[in-house]
Amino acid sequence: MDRVRSHVLICAGTGCTSSGAKKVESAFQEQLAQKGLAKEVKIVETGCHGFCEMGPLVIVYPEGVFYVRVQEDDVADIVETHLLKGRIVERLLYKEPLTHEKIPSYKDIGFYKKQQRLVLANCGHINPEVIEEYIAEGGYEALAKVLTTMTPQQVVAECKKSGLRGRGGGGFLTGLKWEFTMNAPGDKKYVVCNADEGDPGAFMDRSVLEGDPHRIIEGMAICGYAIGADEGYIYVRAEYPLAIKRLKIAIKQAEDMGLLGDNIFGSGFNFRLKIKEGAGAFVCGEETALLASIEGKRGMPRPRPPFPAISGLWGKPTNINNVETFANVPIIFTKGADWYASIGTERSKGTKVFALTGKINHTGLAEVPMGISMREIIFDIGGGIPDGKKFKAVQIGGPSGGCLPENLLDLPIDYDSLIQAGAMMGSGGLVVMDETTCMVDVAKFFLNFTQAESCGKCTPCREGTKRMLEILTRITDGEGREGDIELLESLAYNIKNTALCGLGQTAPNPVLSTLRYFRDEYEAHIHAKRCPAGACSKLAGFTITELCKGCSLCKKSCPVDAISGEVKALHVIDQAKCIKCGACIAKCPFKAIIKG
Amino acid sequence: MSADNKCCCCGGGNQFAQLDEMLAKYQGVKGALIPVLQEAQNMHGYLPKEVIERIAEKLDIPVSQIYGVATFYSQFHLNPRGRNIIRVCQGTACHVRGAKAVLKAIEDNLKIAAGGTTPDLKFTLETVACIGACGLAPVLMVNDDTHGRLTPEAIPEILAKYA
Repeated sequence: MDRVRSHVLICAGTGCTSSGAKKVESAFQEQLAQKGLAKEVKIVETGCHGFCEMGPLVIVYPEGVFYVRVQEDDVADIVETHLLKGRIVERLLYKEPLTHEKIPSYKDIGFYKKQQRLVLANCGHINPEVIEEYIAEGGYEALAKVLTTMTPQQVVAECKKSGLRGRGGGGFLTGLKWEFTMNAPGDKKYVVCNADEGDPGAFMDRSVLEGDPHRIIEGMAICGYAIGADEGYIYVRAEYPLAIKRLKIAIKQAEDMGLLGDNIFGSGFNFRLKIKEGAGAFVCGEETALLASIEGKRGMPRPRPPFPAISGLWGKPTNINNVETFANVPIIFTKGADWYASIGTERSKGTKVFALTGKINHTGLAEVPMGISMREIIFDIGGGIPDGKKFKAVQIGGPSGGCLPENLLDLPIDYDSLIQAGAMMGSGGLVVMDETTCMVDVAKFFLNFTQAESCGKCTPCREGTKRMLEILTRITDGEGREGDIELLESLAYNIKNTALCGLGQTAPNPVLSTLRYFRDEYEAHIHAKRCPAGACSKLAGFTITELCKGCSLCKKSCPVDAISGEVKALHVIDQAKCIKCGACIAKCPFKAIIKG
Repeated sequence: MSADNKCCCCGGGNQFAQLDEMLAKYQGVKGALIPVLQEAQNMHGYLPKEVIERIAEKLDIPVSQIYGVATFYSQFHLNPRGRNIIRVCQGTACHVRGAKAVLKAIEDNLKIAAGGTTPDLKFTLETVACIGACGLAPVLMVNDDTHGRLTPEAIPEILAKYA
């Protein structure tokens, strides 16, 4: 066997792949072959590191040097300078945005320093298509321990003791859910993994599925043993082709090794997994709708009870957890429930993966212990707001969640504190907004989403969200009326109290939370016909300030010839002609045009 | 659906040979309808009326029920589609980073609105709620390729690759 002296880890997650990781990989293969290093240096395709902003990412081991935004043309330099001469390629290192300091090892980067990576421990460090790499990191140890030394009752008790709560939104105690299904009468039971990650702005499940698929398989098998199921389904949305491909490979490998199938570890426990591809319906993230979809029907929710634990897939007792929840399970059984419960707050244990997106310097995935403050996530890990803009709000929990303002940045984040503040954990999407984001427009955006995704079964959701969207649209169009705010509130409470499923019951949350913290913005739209953020184009007026140097770029870009002025003199916008398209602002090199 | 919406890709002989082969695989499988429709759509590019009727006959499921499922999920299409499917993300992260302007640039370039197909059947333009590549916002997918960090100016070059 050849001795490999260096490993080049190339991120092959969706983010890095679309930034050109495949080209980087073939460039490495070519360069290494050319220099005769192909046998000494091994290329490993890994899953997502979570730092998608800086992709494509390349890590060179044993030194652990972290190169960011590597392009095809940079590869020759890395091979020549680093792999041949042993020197770091400084220009490709990550630079801290504030200090401009170059940091060679990823562990020292602000983005990673405050994180505690349990669920994401393997993501970016192992090849997700090679089962041996997962096993080398301690994979399937938990399953072996559970099957050979514990009874199902002990497994459920341990899971309850860990305090793990569902990571998909509701935050229900996972062990308790398992117990219900374990105790439900019936000889045939199912385990279902909800991988229909539909919340816009959340992609942690995708990363785990793509970067560490065996972790999900192991978690599901442990659950199957605990509740007495021999069959499981993973319901993955069709928008995640890479996740589906990696899961298929992983299931096949686990079957070949006897980690799935009959008589696993000689324990007499049988467990098989199947993948079901979604067909594009957000509501299928709701558990009863998801089950209907697996059964081949329209994915519409039904009233509960009976809960799936009693009557789920094809009427049999079924336990449904989401991807991140199952990914936590093996950790609990290798490290112990007590260890796990020592992380986090009193009622929210363990870590949570957040997807940082929007107006933030470091977009990506951050896994942090529960109870950390929003400020630490956004400013220490996320690197703050780009372009020197001011923080305005953070939207958490997707279309079911809410917006939190600046004075709540120090709130310790856990399930309960977020509910109290009018938001919810949801799946953990954090969309950061700065002063140029209009909160009424954000509320309209979410309502537009839920209204389009409403399955139409129950009236409050089908009709109510449509009416709310109409009101929000007229407010942002400058046609808001007296009493619109009160009307929105009354509709919101009606929908919350009467809709059939979680999608409908939480649909008004974005409106209610923006009304709670940003009511003045609604009032400015309705009474003063003004959008304080300058985002609603029908309400925005554009003016050219004294900063104008008379370059006439704006004049040339204006599609309706609304701008006049001589070269080198102050230009003027004819408000009657202006269609508020914003083309002039984009073109002005002196930032002389303002909106609002 | 119109009756003249004939399947155009199967040639002579038994035009359903490939479809029948696939359907045979799913005989007696519980909850097979959605995967069946997915595979059928992959074969034909969309779900022509004749294909739906054939599936109904072979799997013994009423046409009305298949129609109900096919129209519920955004993935299924009852009309012919372009060779290249553009999915422009309009998710939250993309929204706050300028996805609207990107969509408009594509609409202007292809001279079709979201949901439309170009007359030469080269492109179908769709919007999606989230692709899950929020780190690269704004993003779009053409077929299975993801393109990120978009600006309206980058659109013509991307489209040219598929034209």
